[in-house]
Amino acid sequence: MADRLFTTAVYLLVILVIGALLWVIGDLVIGGLSRLSWSFLVEAPSDAGRAGGIAPILVSTLLILAVALAVALPLGLAVAVWLAEFTRPGRSAAQGIRLTLDVLAGVPSIVYGLFGHAFFSLVLGLRFSILSGGLTLACMILPLFVRTCESGLSAVDDGWRAGARALGMSRTSTVWHILLPAASPAILAGLMLGIGRATAETAALLFTSGYVDRMPGSLLDSGRALAVHIFELSMNVSGGDEAAYASAFVLILVIVALNLMAQLVTDRWLTRRIQRS
Amino acid sequence: MTAEHRPGPYTLGTMAAGPSCCEPHPHLQVRDLSVAYGEQPVLEGVSLDIYRGCITALIGPSGCGKTSFLSTLNHLIMQDRGARVAGRVLLDGQDILQSVPDLMHLRRRIGMIFQKPNPFPLSIRRNLELPLREHGVRDRRTLNEKVQGALTAVGLWDEVRDRLDRSAPALSGGQQQRLCIARALVLEPEILLMDEPCSALDPIASAVVEDLIVRLRGRYTVVIVTHNLAQARRVANYAAFFWMTERVGKLIEFGQCRRLFEAPAHELTAAYISGARG
Amino acid sequence: MFRSGLDHGRRYNADRLLAPLLRLSAAVGALLLLLVVGFLLYEAWPVLRGGGWQAFWRDEGWYPLEGLFGLMPMLWASLAAALGAVLLATPLGLASAIFLQFYAPPLPAKLFRLVLSLLAGIPSVIYGLWGLTVLVPLIGRLQPPGASLLAAVLVLTLMILPTVALTGAAALGAVPRAWLTGAEALGMSRKGLILGVALPAARSGIAGGVLLSIARALGETMAVLMVAGNVVQLPTGLFEPVRVLTANIALEMAYATDGHRAALFASGLLLTLLVLVLAIAAARVSRGEPRHG
Repeated sequence: MADRLFTTAVYLLVILVIGALLWVIGDLVIGGLSRLSWSFLVEAPSDAGRAGGIAPILVSTLLILAVALAVALPLGLAVAVWLAEFTRPGRSAAQGIRLTLDVLAGVPSIVYGLFGHAFFSLVLGLRFSILSGGLTLACMILPLFVRTCESGLSAVDDGWRAGARALGMSRTSTVWHILLPAASPAILAGLMLGIGRATAETAALLFTSGYVDRMPGSLLDSGRALAVHIFELSMNVSGGDEAAYASAFVLILVIVALNLMAQLVTDRWLTRRIQRS
Repeated sequence: MTAEHRPGPYTLGTMAAGPSCCEPHPHLQVRDLSVAYGEQPVLEGVSLDIYRGCITALIGPSGCGKTSFLSTLNHLIMQDRGARVAGRVLLDGQDILQSVPDLMHLRRRIGMIFQKPNPFPLSIRRNLELPLREHGVRDRRTLNEKVQGALTAVGLWDEVRDRLDRSAPALSGGQQQRLCIARALVLEPEILLMDEPCSALDPIASAVVEDLIVRLRGRYTVVIVTHNLAQARRVANYAAFFWMTERVGKLIEFGQCRRLFEAPAHELTAAYISGARG
Repeated sequence: MFRSGLDHGRRYNADRLLAPLLRLSAAVGALLLLLVVGFLLYEAWPVLRGGGWQAFWRDEGWYPLEGLFGLMPMLWASLAAALGAVLLATPLGLASAIFLQFYAPPLPAKLFRLVLSLLAGIPSVIYGLWGLTVLVPLIGRLQPPGASLLAAVLVLTLMILPTVALTGAAALGAVPRAWLTGAEALGMSRKGLILGVALPAARSGIAGGVLLSIARALGETMAVLMVAGNVVQLPTGLFEPVRVLTANIALEMAYATDGHRAALFASGLLLTLLVLVLAIAAARVSRGEPRHG
């Protein structure tokens, strides 16, 4: 009897959860689709964004993301490789860096916004710019990316390292030809997490890349990211809700598309390495 | 026990056997070798000769330092931070422990096969080409020749010739281990170190690999660690018996394999071989 | 004559380049934290020095233009929103986790997991958008103005729910099979098995997930900014508009100068500290092995 009650309770709660989630998704799809069109994607915004499209905003978003990844990817991989292959376990330098990264991973995004504003925008003089925003995002995604890659590398079978050593291969070769490809699923996972976080980020961009909704001419121009655009439309532009929903829909599509692309690229890179003769 | 008499997909194919006798000239000379990990000694005062072209078996119970001994010969043990080594290992008269050797060159001359087959997660072809490229072979034709040569030498060529670009770990255990041997052979080494190469394989695969090892005699100097005494008898020309005394591995007896098994000089050796101890 | 194990990798030419290069990049990574913390401290210094930060709880209210920096209403608002969200999300999330692990057939379970993962990836600004356009008017109909603590709590619940559910499911999944089959063999009902064996065994993993969710809710800016009303006052009722610390920084950063600016930076540091404490607690807690109930 009590068992039946318990089961009912569980099911009720789950139905509540699913209901809420479907509600949100439903509203997003309906609201987004109503305004979505090809012209929405390729036109510039007009009337403060109530009309027109989001083309320059999409460009800015992708540019900011590109800057963030261009910095975080190589740096993150380098740190991960160093931690996994060139340090002894338990050594204080490595432990210190791991701790540092874990701490950094937890810092709230608005605080990164503060930092980015103070350092990149003011001290480095980048002002409101795509570069400043991208660099701030790079700082944000670096810690988790490093830890994910590192755990992927550590998990790689040690037998391969020994075999490569016995064959007289340098560490560099071993890492490049064997270990990194073997760890690529983890690296991909880290990359996707990073992309997801970067594209969704708003608070950190408010004071680093700015609000300008024109097509950016260079990385030093200010640019409005899609997430910031949604914020602006819904909070500060009356009647902007429709456009906001459409933008939100596009944002989700962009995130899904980026993740798919990342997966494809890594898959192809992986199979190419296995088969290249 | 030749492959020609064995049916099915487990034959080694066409493969020439080496000369049946080996020369009693020392290829590697170990003098008073001691190995310790940090404060913990694992081997003490080991001296023996590895003869050119012969198969030398290292036998003895687990923990006597046989694997550590093997890893010292190709400097692999130095990868272990905290490993400390003393003594001399002379390769053709030159001490490879004293003068810090050119590791790439050393490991080209001395290859190693591990207990658990460890083909790289790459294609079969890449497994063999990678070490070649690493050692400077770039020309496509040379690469293809050497790849084919190595695979033929281990009897794998006919089995894998039309799937060279497929993943190596997809091979069976025995094939993987033979691939690892091919990978070592592709660098044309002089010495092959084998750490229990058959113990992770099923009986049939084990027999095929053992057969391969026997055929390497004469062309290569082989040092093989094995727990399988019958295997040692079948395969080896010389045998070295290790045992643990006072918590440290020591070489108890070394000599011609047949003599060691039939008329062991030391009582421990006799006891181990008869199964009474260890 | 004993020689220590050297890193012979350095002897290879390529490696001679690589190791120092990598060490350099690792140093850059470490410098990052120092840079972040350093800058925050530097900017917050005017307030931190000389005990100025005590104004955070001594001052009457947050009137930065008059030099009053009483943070407490906003701190309470942050805590109230976060804890409220956790209070709602934990039973809902746990129920979902239990459902995923013990009740759902494989296909619906997979679908549910997919939906949860998808929702975990939705940017907070979109949750804010939804909250602003759907929730707030709804609440406003019950009790104006609508933008309130309740709206913040509900939106935060939605945001942390997927994480609680997924980490809970993972923790439950890590309970050794043997214990569950043992309980079944003893004739325990499903409820008994779940409440008596699985949940207690998974409690450290679940607790870790919950703590992390609190940290996330505390650090959340956009969604709460959009639905909570942003009036600086003590959260006296669910339907009252409030302003949380994160939203405050976002709202005032643009025009803050000197002492005001420093106070904002100091509040950012406070937030970071809170989040760090929670993260450490989460790590400690989830390190516990599945324990016997």
